[in-house]
Amino acid sequence: MSRSRSGWQRVAALMACLAAIAGLAGCGARETRAARATAEGVLLVGNGAEPQELDPHLVSGVPEHRILSALFEGLVDLDPATLEPIPGVAEWWSVTPDGLMYTFYLRKSAHWSNGDPLTAHDFLYAWERILTPTLASEYASMLHCIVNARAFNRGEIRDFSQVGAKAIDEYTLEVRLEQPTPYFLSLHVHYTWYPVPHKLIESLGGMTARNTKWTQPGHMVSNGAFKLVKWEPDKVIRVEKNPRYWNADAVRLQGIAFYPISDPMTEDRTFRTGGLHLTENVPLPKIEIYQQEQFPFLHIDPYLGTYYYRLNTTRPPFDDVRVRRAFALSLDRDTLVAQVVDAGRQPAAHYVPPETGGYTSTDRMPYDVDQARRLLAEAGYPGGKGFPKVELLYNTSEDHRRIAEAVQQMWNAALHVEVQLLNQDWKVYLNSMNVLNYDIARSGWIGDYSDPYNFLECFLSGNGNNRTGYASEAYDRLVRKGASVMYKAGRLATYQQAEETLLADAPIIPVYFYTRPYLKSPDVKNWQPNHLGYISWKTLYLEAPEEESP
Amino acid sequence: MVKYIIRRLLGFVPTLFIIVTVVFFLIRLAPGGPFDAERNVSSEVLQNLEAYYHLDAPLHEQYFQYLRDVLHGDLGPSFEKPSRTVSEWIAYRSPVSLELGLYGLAVALILGLSAGVIASLRPNTLTDHVPMAFAMAGICVPNFVLGPLLVLVLSLHLGWLPVSGWEYSEDKILPAITLGVPYAAYIARLSRGGMLEVLSQDFIRTARAKGLSEARVLLRHALRGGIQPVVAFLGPATAGLITGSFVVENIFQVPGLGSEFVGAALHRDYTMILGTVLFFAALILLFNLLVDVVLAWLDPRLRYE
Repeated sequence: MSRSRSGWQRVAALMACLAAIAGLAGCGARETRAARATAEGVLLVGNGAEPQELDPHLVSGVPEHRILSALFEGLVDLDPATLEPIPGVAEWWSVTPDGLMYTFYLRKSAHWSNGDPLTAHDFLYAWERILTPTLASEYASMLHCIVNARAFNRGEIRDFSQVGAKAIDEYTLEVRLEQPTPYFLSLHVHYTWYPVPHKLIESLGGMTARNTKWTQPGHMVSNGAFKLVKWEPDKVIRVEKNPRYWNADAVRLQGIAFYPISDPMTEDRTFRTGGLHLTENVPLPKIEIYQQEQFPFLHIDPYLGTYYYRLNTTRPPFDDVRVRRAFALSLDRDTLVAQVVDAGRQPAAHYVPPETGGYTSTDRMPYDVDQARRLLAEAGYPGGKGFPKVELLYNTSEDHRRIAEAVQQMWNAALHVEVQLLNQDWKVYLNSMNVLNYDIARSGWIGDYSDPYNFLECFLSGNGNNRTGYASEAYDRLVRKGASVMYKAGRLATYQQAEETLLADAPIIPVYFYTRPYLKSPDVKNWQPNHLGYISWKTLYLEAPEEESP
Repeated sequence: MVKYIIRRLLGFVPTLFIIVTVVFFLIRLAPGGPFDAERNVSSEVLQNLEAYYHLDAPLHEQYFQYLRDVLHGDLGPSFEKPSRTVSEWIAYRSPVSLELGLYGLAVALILGLSAGVIASLRPNTLTDHVPMAFAMAGICVPNFVLGPLLVLVLSLHLGWLPVSGWEYSEDKILPAITLGVPYAAYIARLSRGGMLEVLSQDFIRTARAKGLSEARVLLRHALRGGIQPVVAFLGPATAGLITGSFVVENIFQVPGLGSEFVGAALHRDYTMILGTVLFFAALILLFNLLVDVVLAWLDPRLRYE
């Protein structure tokens, strides 16, 4: 008897210990971290993923953009509500009537966070650095609109002074463009155009070294509204208000903590327990529940992106435009989006998302099974007879699989064709698309800036993002023409013709337009959503809800 | 004994060499490369990148170069996260994994040994069945179920503990429990078995006959033999706790080496894959050696020459 009692006593003691630990932790956590942070003026943000780097010239993703846009500022900024250009480092600018030359007048009050003045030479150094071939910046092509920038980037020109950017004096910068680029000013919110601190980079390995320490806390110098104070990978990145920022008086947040929580489920739970003010994402199954519950923190904004299927036009059966059109016409987007993807997303009957730079396509890809069957019969497969088995490729993900399964059934029901599903790990999937080893592949495109060119250029012949083998002279001509027409109505009309050509040739089948779901605490004020997902950190502020009387 | 340890340590060299060689060539066989991205990288940029990282040299030259670098203690740069070298990434992340692993181990040992010893005292009674039922449940419930379940109860409903992160001390409690419980279950079953065997032996009866207190019999005499199966299990378990915590790291957003390892494989970050594999392999070999040494010390019948 005594033996077993001592055992139970031990268990009881152990339980008591655990309860005590939990109780202690519980006492400290009564006031949530977000509530405490609100009082301190520090915004807690879920960042989706750990940034690859904080060097604006060596990154290529959205998680990096969110952090870099707090740390740096380009010549021109965007009004978050209207997405119209507003002054950034440049106080004002002028453009020649032909749209080929911009002159930027930098404000003399702009400084780096270490107090050094920010001059036109910092921008020139940054642009030379990103375009230098040996740095191998993956995103340098964003600057190719500058005269000779492409040639310099390819190593065909060695002398940077031949590139169309020069400093007239310390505070005047002149940029000449290859051709009129109507969206040129809106490019400057992209990190590829940010200035970088050239003294620091030169002292830590030089212009073309990829693995340097200049972005580490303690070293890093930036020119934006915030400066880096802590970077612990996969834990937290903390930035605090930069007193040297030219407009520091208008910045109301004391700091931002970016939490790189990659699992949306974990991010969701962290938000619900008061660990974040703002999430990067919301898990798809949760969205439906929150919508039913009318969860007040759920927000769904339109997002500049299209989810679509690529068709491999270089091999049968999709080398035949009739087959491609038959598949495109027999996809019932409305049902698919309503029943499988929802989350406020819009069925995409065209490719460029609505309201991209003021453009919304008037052409629609209809849902017309009869015509689809006729086209398939004309192509030699009446009633789907003799149609080869084709594969639908997607990168491994639950969401992509659900959509693919629904689409597979739709095509089978409408055209009596057999589509097999094939999922591949991310890099294998990218490789299959690059070498055109697929029949149908799911894809997506998220806009970098709000102009239809950003979407339409992907399907120019030989473009690296084409990945369908599609090559149409008519399309190429229209897209290139549209990009250089300065007056808006003419440009948009040309884009319209280009998009009609693309939809008629159907190298892709648009499925839906992305939305950006996220959870946001009501403490976050002055929030101005936009379809670029561009967050103007410097205009946000935090305010606790009014306290209930005790 | 010293001779034995030295011999074992020397044996590590060819083992690690074979591992590095196999992994080096295997990862090159996988389709896709480190610089493939959703947004296509132009061929000129790709060439420059490959030149920068010497990926344009013939494969065998890259292999010998890598071996030379490793012998000089240089694991190379990370392609995916260029701000730190592979060695720096391992130095940053492995302490987190070690810390989490040790907490997990502590949870596993405290829960497991108590349950096992208690169960062994009165076999086939309620005192035995209850802890063993829990142990069986612990083995069966995978940690990707256990983790969110604990979060649901302790964080979302009760609001006691934070859900994710590795910044504050209270952040570390749930990951440690989630990681430790399945191992606790194994340890409970192993220690019960070990104790039952020892408790039936003559020297225990002698000890009791001498009138020693039950606690002294258990702790001084029985436990030393009873936990031998547990110790044998601890080597691979400790290595597993440190290297295999990927799922737990993911659920609780812990910046350990496990998630780095998996991420590197997905991103085809060749140097990072090789670096982490080498590190994990060395760790596992080391723990196995440690266990053999401890076993020899616990059991006088085992003596290595």
